[in-house]
Amino acid sequence: MTASVPALDIRNLRVEYPLPDSDSFVAVKDLSLHIAPGEIHALVGESGAGKSTVGNAIMGLLDRPGRIAAGSISVAGKAVDITTGRAQGIRQGRDIGAIFQDPMTSLNPLFTVESQLSETLRFHLGLDRGKARARALELLRAVEIPDPERRLKHFPHQLSGGQRQRVVIAAALSCDPDLLVADEPTTALDVSVQATILELLRKLASERKLGVLLVTHNMGVVAQIADTVTIMQNGEMVESGPTREVLSQPRAPYARALIGAVPRMDRRLPRFPVPGDHDQAESEAQTKVLGDAKRDTGPAGTDDLLRVEDLSVVYGAGRLFGRGEPFKALDGASFSVRRGEIFGIVGESGSGKSTLAGCIAGLIKPTKGSMAFDGQSLGERRSKAMHRAVQMIFQDPYSSLNTRMRVGPAIQEPIDFFGLADRGRSATEDAKLLLQAVGLPVDAASRFPHAFSGGQRQRVSIARALASRPQLLICDEPTSALDVSVQARVLNLLKDLRDRTGLTILFISHDLSVVRQMCDRVAVMKNGRIVELGDAEALFDAPQDAYTRELISLIPTLDHLAAPAA
Amino acid sequence: MKTGTIRRKRLPMPPYVMAAALVGLAIILAAILSPLISPVDPTDNASFNLIDAELPPSWLEGGDPRYLLGTDNQGRDLLSAILYGARISILIGAGAVLLAATIGVSLGLLAGYLGGWVDALVMRIADVFLSLPTILLALLVAGIARAVIPDADSVFWAPIILIAAIGINEWVQYARTVRAATMVEASRDYVRAVRIMGLPMPSILFRHILPNVIGPILVISTINLAAAVLTEATLSFLGVGMPPDYPSLGTLIRIGNEYAFSGIWWITVFPAVTLVSLVLATNITGDWLRDRFNPKLRGSK
Repeated sequence: MTASVPALDIRNLRVEYPLPDSDSFVAVKDLSLHIAPGEIHALVGESGAGKSTVGNAIMGLLDRPGRIAAGSISVAGKAVDITTGRAQGIRQGRDIGAIFQDPMTSLNPLFTVESQLSETLRFHLGLDRGKARARALELLRAVEIPDPERRLKHFPHQLSGGQRQRVVIAAALSCDPDLLVADEPTTALDVSVQATILELLRKLASERKLGVLLVTHNMGVVAQIADTVTIMQNGEMVESGPTREVLSQPRAPYARALIGAVPRMDRRLPRFPVPGDHDQAESEAQTKVLGDAKRDTGPAGTDDLLRVEDLSVVYGAGRLFGRGEPFKALDGASFSVRRGEIFGIVGESGSGKSTLAGCIAGLIKPTKGSMAFDGQSLGERRSKAMHRAVQMIFQDPYSSLNTRMRVGPAIQEPIDFFGLADRGRSATEDAKLLLQAVGLPVDAASRFPHAFSGGQRQRVSIARALASRPQLLICDEPTSALDVSVQARVLNLLKDLRDRTGLTILFISHDLSVVRQMCDRVAVMKNGRIVELGDAEALFDAPQDAYTRELISLIPTLDHLAAPAA
Repeated sequence: MKTGTIRRKRLPMPPYVMAAALVGLAIILAAILSPLISPVDPTDNASFNLIDAELPPSWLEGGDPRYLLGTDNQGRDLLSAILYGARISILIGAGAVLLAATIGVSLGLLAGYLGGWVDALVMRIADVFLSLPTILLALLVAGIARAVIPDADSVFWAPIILIAAIGINEWVQYARTVRAATMVEASRDYVRAVRIMGLPMPSILFRHILPNVIGPILVISTINLAAAVLTEATLSFLGVGMPPDYPSLGTLIRIGNEYAFSGIWWITVFPAVTLVSLVLATNITGDWLRDRFNPKLRGSK
């Protein structure tokens, strides 16, 4: 191994973005990396860590003002000219293959699979049409696409997400590169698809002696396929080494905190272990501002707060000239949510979990079925009290707040609308207390949403949802867009709110490990149906349904590595 | 991926835009202040005399120092007439834009938010309006108004009729733009959040969605202001606009046009130059504003 030329060798890389005021922002600081042929090296870190910048620097794809200020990069022994990103004999697409996050946008929608693949082949290798096609077929077989002859003639929109990503991988491999840069290759994919793509990458790396730089934020993915790992923070390497070693016994404090924040699949912890977690002012504010709501809701216990019966949502039916099969987004879902519990709904994309949330929130009109909230029917037209009682927070922290409205007035709006300010506090004070209750500084009220990070915005959303003192809070993928350490804190906050104020939470997620950590009871959905429902512990330890079992087995986790000290 | 916070550079204002903005502002300011700065009040019949008719600008042979830009066929001071005319033109233009924006934005918000048959209806009506030539429709509206209102030519009614006739044409552009932007905003989570809250629809539309779609509206408005001033001039030129004793820029150009070929060019040229400068200035400024507020163009330059 020592004799072979490394697939990638980075020494003391420094990437800078010049700022208007003659200063410059250092995106990557003094980074050295070494990838042997056939090795998968993972580059992990939270957003802003500079991990994607490294990948872009290798491929000469840095965003405009950015430049490599110092250091050297060589791919398979050939040095990359760091000023232009090119080198004698090195060409992107030939020596370096690239895979990006979104398989939809990395393929040209107007090209067939064949023309996507053969374009590179004919350009870089000078193959004629016939040979290019033969080679394209060979590549499609290598990435294990079923029925490759037929697929050649297909356009990207005719392929599923996983197949598209396979085509992207095939294109990246077309010229037998020495190095593959994979930037979040499975982030946009469902777990079951993710598992197969990871398996493919692993196989290709070993078979073709391909060095892979895997840029990702997902620790589970790293644990699954990476041989070595580098953890980055603020552009600097924090820790680097063999995956097993780094993930099971992280030495650097940041690495330890990051790994501790990853939700575990094997057992449930009372809270996520994150540093600086406990805040006295926060918990006091929670009790003060929301504690009185607890008494309103009656005793916590076994009675049902929400009952959903045979709920269905069908699209495309009943239209006069409707063509094609009606699509059942939700197919006869029945369940009930107990007062004061966190009820989880898990499923892959298209399983109908968000449709279900929309129905309960009153955003989507069910085609069939009934819902009852606290004994009262929950229909399309809702009383003001009903609007008050059911609130929701959303996935995307960037679209869930009105960018033109300051945070204070946004939280105050429901307080004023429902006339809740008559409890001896003005609406302004109430809004400030709510901000405190979700762990934000009081002066946040006078700022606009763009002044906040993703995690802070999600806290603002929670404060706004809590402002009407709801009994049920629907959380639709509340942390999917957040970094793990931020996710851990937000999830801890939701748990605290439930514990201190008796809030009932309907928790929707595609991430089974998060659900395991959060929920008391869980419903698993597939194709609009609930396939399994039960107590979280029982369901995760001994899943009854085949699909549930499959889902649980496919999640990339850290569990097979020795557990880090929690 | 964006790494760190790199402040986006604002689109710089090129010198020609700066010049255009200054010219536009100067004309608008002069028009607003016309009662204070113009030598005489051209609408006052006592202020002019037929003896002074058709005098050339003061620097030409036969010019009178009292009349800097000469006089029109009635002996009116042309400078004063242009200042007052620009005022009435801009007033009508702004009124028409305001009317069009109010109709268009309201219908666009409704269509984009409600969708379904409301959307279909509004957009089909918009298509019908788009298929009618602006001037034809304006003539139609002006014609009907004249038939209905007895003193349509009065100083009070004429501008109102013109505002209605021009404004009714321009709403389509607002409606289409606002509808598209509203559809995007309505699917965003912050709108869903206030829907869950049960907020009444006007509050959702005007308090939450409108501030997020207002950017393009302002841009369209500047460009439409120029178009409206031009339409007003055209209508007045055709004789259905402002009455001759209270001339707008268009009326002045029409009057001047009758004399242009007998060597009395100034009656038509000076108001025309004013009109062209005003329209050009607002168009250039509006174009720049459009680029400035278009996030797709931002940063690429």
